[in-house]
Amino acid sequence: MTYRKTYRTLLAAASMLMVVQTAPVQADEFSDEDLARWQQEYLSVVGQGDKLFHGGLSSKNTVSCDQCHPNAANTHPETYPKFQRQLGRVVALWEMINWCIQNPLESELLAADDPRMIALQAYIVEERRGAVLEPGKH
Amino acid sequence: MHDNSRRKFLKQGGALLAAGTLSISVVELAFGKGSEDRFTFAYISDSHITQIKGNRFVRNWDRGLIRAVAEANLLDPRPDFVFYGGDIAQLGKPEEIDHGLEMLAGLRGKVHYVMGEHDYYLDLGDYWRKQLGPDHYSFDHKGVHFVVLNSILTHENWMHRKWDSGMDRMKQMARLDNPNGQPFMVGDTQRDWLKKDLEKVSKNTPIVVFSHSPLQKIYKGWNFWTDDAEQVQALLKPFDKVTVLYGHVHQIQTNQIGNISFQSAMATAWPWPYPATYKQQASYMPKLTVDMNRADPFFERDATGWQFIDVHSGRVDVNYLLPDNTNRTVAFDEKAGHPVDTKYQAEVNRIPPQKHY
Ligand code: HEC
Ligand SMILES: [Fe+2]
Ligand SMILES: [Fe+2]
Repeated sequence: MTYRKTYRTLLAAASMLMVVQTAPVQADEFSDEDLARWQQEYLSVVGQGDKLFHGGLSSKNTVSCDQCHPNAANTHPETYPKFQRQLGRVVALWEMINWCIQNPLESELLAADDPRMIALQAYIVEERRGAVLEPGKH
Repeated sequence: MHDNSRRKFLKQGGALLAAGTLSISVVELAFGKGSEDRFTFAYISDSHITQIKGNRFVRNWDRGLIRAVAEANLLDPRPDFVFYGGDIAQLGKPEEIDHGLEMLAGLRGKVHYVMGEHDYYLDLGDYWRKQLGPDHYSFDHKGVHFVVLNSILTHENWMHRKWDSGMDRMKQMARLDNPNGQPFMVGDTQRDWLKKDLEKVSKNTPIVVFSHSPLQKIYKGWNFWTDDAEQVQALLKPFDKVTVLYGHVHQIQTNQIGNISFQSAMATAWPWPYPATYKQQASYMPKLTVDMNRADPFFERDATGWQFIDVHSGRVDVNYLLPDNTNRTVAFDEKAGHPVDTKYQAEVNRIPPQKHY
């Protein structure tokens, strides 16, 4: 008797688990395929940023980012937001990128949400992965 | 190591140049008189003159070279000659080389040149050699034997591969952080030539070697590197006093390997970060190097510069003239047996902008 009861309870519990598994995906759940897809989306934007950084950004004077920042060195994304003396205020990374676009490249500013601006940031941060966040540090 | 008169020369010279005055009359002729074995020469490097279109060139790089030429012309006493460390052009175009040479023609006195990879890989140096002559040679000056090497060659099969165009090949080489980059080398032919050239030189004759890339291995990822560096060093080993002066790295580097001192030149165009600032790879920056100040992007000449070089008793002191920065001197210290930064060498004397991360 007791045995049969326990068995039934187990069965019920198991079927409940099955229900959970086949239920519509809930917000906090993701699969390996999701992870793979997100990583791939990210890396493809990093790749676009890499191209833009290495001459792909239309530059009025032909100068490109990598000429002064090989492997995006000395871009220090981990220190943003931070104070830039000559701009006189605390700025975000994309504003400093625009500064370099406008000055060394003598070219047109990009909007903050321009996909190219996002791609440039993705590439810069990817090359600097592993650096400790140090906001504000000069 | 430094007598006062020389220090005075540097200090006043430096202040004067920084102020941008054209009067040089207050600079005293404090040394050189009577001392046969002491002389100076100027060293300008890496101007990367870039054609935009037609007669339009990147203003920033033009300004760097124009300024270096103007300042070098102010040196008093006059340097015996000027050395140009390579990368006149960005993409090796005749227009770029011509425009660079036009500006360099403003220099008073004789100029010697070494080939940079940005001068070479479009046409394998044809136009450069047509304008400037052989890419490796030697000469003697006041008891010092000077050697110039083309150190930016690479594997023959890569250079002579079926390229769509010379420009294709140049663009591969011009990209510093190219993951498919090729290592620089001096190569057998020049090493054989060097061996023969040095046979007629006595072992106590001071030797100064000019190359574009460092004849030592620092960081392969950016070609701060020459593949056959050890073989070249071996040829230089029998001599008492050897100094290698090189461009390419756009930053101050100092080293001593055995009897050989190594000193680099700043670029007139733009500075490069030290390889250690790239987090993903290890590099081997010589410990003797005192970092140049971190560049401030808001001053376009910051962390660029040129140098004048003081040769005495066969040793070489490099004076870095840095617009928007305090000038620096890296001089050979007889006691220590290697070059030292006369102000910043001791760790406690470093200033915050020299501490990269
Ligand atoms: C002529 C050389 C030059 C070019 C070309 C150039 N930059 Fe810069 N940039 C600098 C210098 C010099 C600094 C200051 C480096 C430092 O702070 O150590 C700088 C700083 C930066 C910074 C901020 C770094 C910090 O620590 O605050 C970012 C981000 C940046 N550049 C991105 C770019 C991007 C993106 C491009 C291409 C659109 C570019 N730069 C092109 C010279 C250049
Ligand atoms: Fe260069
Ligand atoms: Fe170079």
